[in-house]
Amino acid sequence: MSATATATAAPVVGSSKADETAPIRVAVKNLNFYYGSFQGLKNIDLNFHDRQVTALIGPSGCGKSTLLRTFNRIYSLYPEQRAEGEILLDGRNILDNSIDLNELRARVGMVFQKPTPFPMSIYDNIAFGIRLYERLPKAEVDARVEEALRKSALWDEVKDKLRQSGMGLSGGQQQRLCIARTVAQRPEVILFDEPTSALDPISTGRIEELIEQLRSEFTIAIVTHNMQQAARISQFTAFMYLGELIEFGPTNRLFMNPTKRQTQDYITGRFG
Amino acid sequence: MVALSENVALAAAPRRARSAPSPIADRIFHLAAYASALLVLLVLAGILASIAYGGWPAFQTFGPGFITSSAWNVGREEYGAFVAIIGTLASAALALVIGVPISLGIAIYLTQLCPGWARRPVAMTIELLASVPSIIYGMWGLFIFAPLFARFVQVPVSNLVEGLPIVGTLLYAQVPSGVGVLTAGIILAIMIVPFVASITRDMLDQIPTVLRESAYGIGCTTWEVVRHVLIPQASVSIIGAIMLGLGRALGETMAVTFVIGNANRLSASIFDPGSTIASRIANEFNEADGMQLHALLALGCILFVVTFIVLIIARLLVRRVKVA
Amino acid sequence: MDARPNLAPASHGAAALAAPTWGRVRAGRRTADRALKILCALATLLGAVVLGSILLMLIVEGLRGFSLALFTEPTPGPGSEGGGIANAILGSLVMTTLGIVVATPVGVMAGTYLAEYGKTSKLADLIRFLNDILLSAPSILIGLFVYTVMVRTMGGYSGWAGGVALAIIATPVIVRTTEDMLRLVPGPLREAGAALGAPPSLVIRHVTWRAAQAGIVTGILLALARIAGETAPLLFTALNNNSWFSPNLMGGVANLPVMIYQFALSPYENWRQLAWAGALLITVAILALSITARVFLRGGKAR
Repeated sequence: MSATATATAAPVVGSSKADETAPIRVAVKNLNFYYGSFQGLKNIDLNFHDRQVTALIGPSGCGKSTLLRTFNRIYSLYPEQRAEGEILLDGRNILDNSIDLNELRARVGMVFQKPTPFPMSIYDNIAFGIRLYERLPKAEVDARVEEALRKSALWDEVKDKLRQSGMGLSGGQQQRLCIARTVAQRPEVILFDEPTSALDPISTGRIEELIEQLRSEFTIAIVTHNMQQAARISQFTAFMYLGELIEFGPTNRLFMNPTKRQTQDYITGRFG
Repeated sequence: MVALSENVALAAAPRRARSAPSPIADRIFHLAAYASALLVLLVLAGILASIAYGGWPAFQTFGPGFITSSAWNVGREEYGAFVAIIGTLASAALALVIGVPISLGIAIYLTQLCPGWARRPVAMTIELLASVPSIIYGMWGLFIFAPLFARFVQVPVSNLVEGLPIVGTLLYAQVPSGVGVLTAGIILAIMIVPFVASITRDMLDQIPTVLRESAYGIGCTTWEVVRHVLIPQASVSIIGAIMLGLGRALGETMAVTFVIGNANRLSASIFDPGSTIASRIANEFNEADGMQLHALLALGCILFVVTFIVLIIARLLVRRVKVA
Repeated sequence: MDARPNLAPASHGAAALAAPTWGRVRAGRRTADRALKILCALATLLGAVVLGSILLMLIVEGLRGFSLALFTEPTPGPGSEGGGIANAILGSLVMTTLGIVVATPVGVMAGTYLAEYGKTSKLADLIRFLNDILLSAPSILIGLFVYTVMVRTMGGYSGWAGGVALAIIATPVIVRTTEDMLRLVPGPLREAGAALGAPPSLVIRHVTWRAAQAGIVTGILLALARIAGETAPLLFTALNNNSWFSPNLMGGVANLPVMIYQFALSPYENWRQLAWAGALLITVAILALSITARVFLRGGKAR
């Protein structure tokens, strides 16, 4: 491609193809979301397929993070925020009042924009989450910690300093520690909220590789403001604008051949 | 900005009318600011110097025995600080033991549990508690709290523990009047609570939301978020806040004078009356003369050293976090 | 990657996946959580109950002693009937005013030095640190200090000594808030002033101070609330006096806090009554001052 062409062309799309026949893990049905009287999401209908990465893209304030934050109901920490509709996690509506929020969050893990190591050792950062929900003998916890650190590609870097504080790691390592912490709980779904926006390009690359590997075990949803990233790592992409879901489909198709005008404008960089 | 437009007028005025601001006035202003700042330093040095000077004869006469002796006899001119030092430390320690959990509870309630609409009024209530004058706490402690405390705590507890080893001494009130070291500790606890609580609240508020969210994000309950993430994260400054509370408890005067009973004897029971350095000074200073006055100033000197060490540690701890 | 067998893309397909069952939160965790919430709410309630009980006590006991004489007559001597607290009210007003009048220029100038001149220099850091310590220093020590340098040298208790003691307590509060508030003034505002050719002192007086005005006034109000109820330092400096004090403020000067202290513990019924009335008066005044200061500075922070 010529230099002039790449400036306006859609980003290069990653190699892995979307599996549209994969079972649906999370089904969002007619979801509306309110910040007080402001409506942040409007009638969202969307399915997340098992062991696929679904990227949520759109300009700032489009509601992509808001949508992500409904899947583990982290928004419930703020009394003025509320969601209406249905979000089925393996067929069970998690917006139901009977849902235990703590347990929901252990099932739907979340990695945040900024690395958030807890004020404890690297080992405890991971073991803490495991011990919350499982009573295991020490040796088994050790094994789980190692497994999680290996899956997060952090083991080799920290295996000799597991007792040191997690705060002493570099930004990229901290973010991988947070991913390890989430993975260690063996959740069903992992949510990534712009996980690389605070990281340098090299760390970003490692996190992206990691997400690609995690896909073999977990259903993943990722919010990103970086379209290239969405194209590189996701199988499905949802484009949102002003609280509405404009278009959803396999990443390949959405980037190559968007059906909606707004999607086209956004991915070619005409706005946002 | 009125000032800006004045300056504009100044600058735009015709050349002959332009009066350059006098550099001397500028210099004087700078010097005045500098001198005022130095005054703070001077006052602190002055406090230490004057009290040390006034107390020097007592230290000279009694030597190190001034700290270890429990004599306080005006007629025989024998003075020792031991009883007052122990009373000060005991009442302040009790204040921390009682006050710190309450302070943390309030800070946690305000930052984590309180519904949004109630945050302001509840925070205001706690802060108003900090502006109630010390002497009012003394009156409340003596006239409202002490009778209730005597009737519902001292008497039943004394009856219960009488004759038992250790607790029978520690928790036995010879005269269940409601005043005593424990009462002073409780009143001091109430007085330090608003300070410790509001500093802790500020520190908890400064913790990034995303850390709290990620703790909830792995399925923690509120208790686990607070216990394992928020409190450890803010621990250094919380300890600083507690030290500030301790500094306040050590030097608090009027409230303690009302409720501690002002007895110069060493009792093993925390229900019995005692005295603190500050209450001793407040009680005797106006009638004191000669060696008694020197001894009281020497007590003040000890209080100065102890509280200032505590306050220095407190400020270093609270500061370290603010910078980070 | 996509070698898994194709399943029907319906939501019931998810049922085929082995999802762990719900209900894994141990009862102990829930209990601890509930206990925390209840205990924290109780702690807060306790604070509110204590404040309420103090106010109730003051209103019940204090209002009984309220009369016109309270504001017109001086405190009665031991054993004499009736009387008011007019001299103590006036004495408190005079000494508090004196304290704040001395403390305000010193405090504002010192705060200005820290924020505008000293900034991060070693001296400024030291003064800032010591000021913070002075802020929480026991007030009784300040009383002892003023006693040694003023009462002894001037040959007796005086309202001047009382005012100076209060000024020493008020100054660090003003220094701290002034500095904090000046630091909130955006740098470009100062630069704009300097760009017009104004020397630093002019910029500070006409631009920075004015921008930080509300905050500085709040600091002064907080300092006022702080010293209005101080008792310990006045005990050794102004003491008390059961009559009108002399206009040159020499000798004992009656004031509310020390009057309350002496009368509340006295055997005379009318003295105790006056102490309660004085306590109500001073507490209401101080709480009103604190509330005003906080309302004045909505949004900002000062402590």
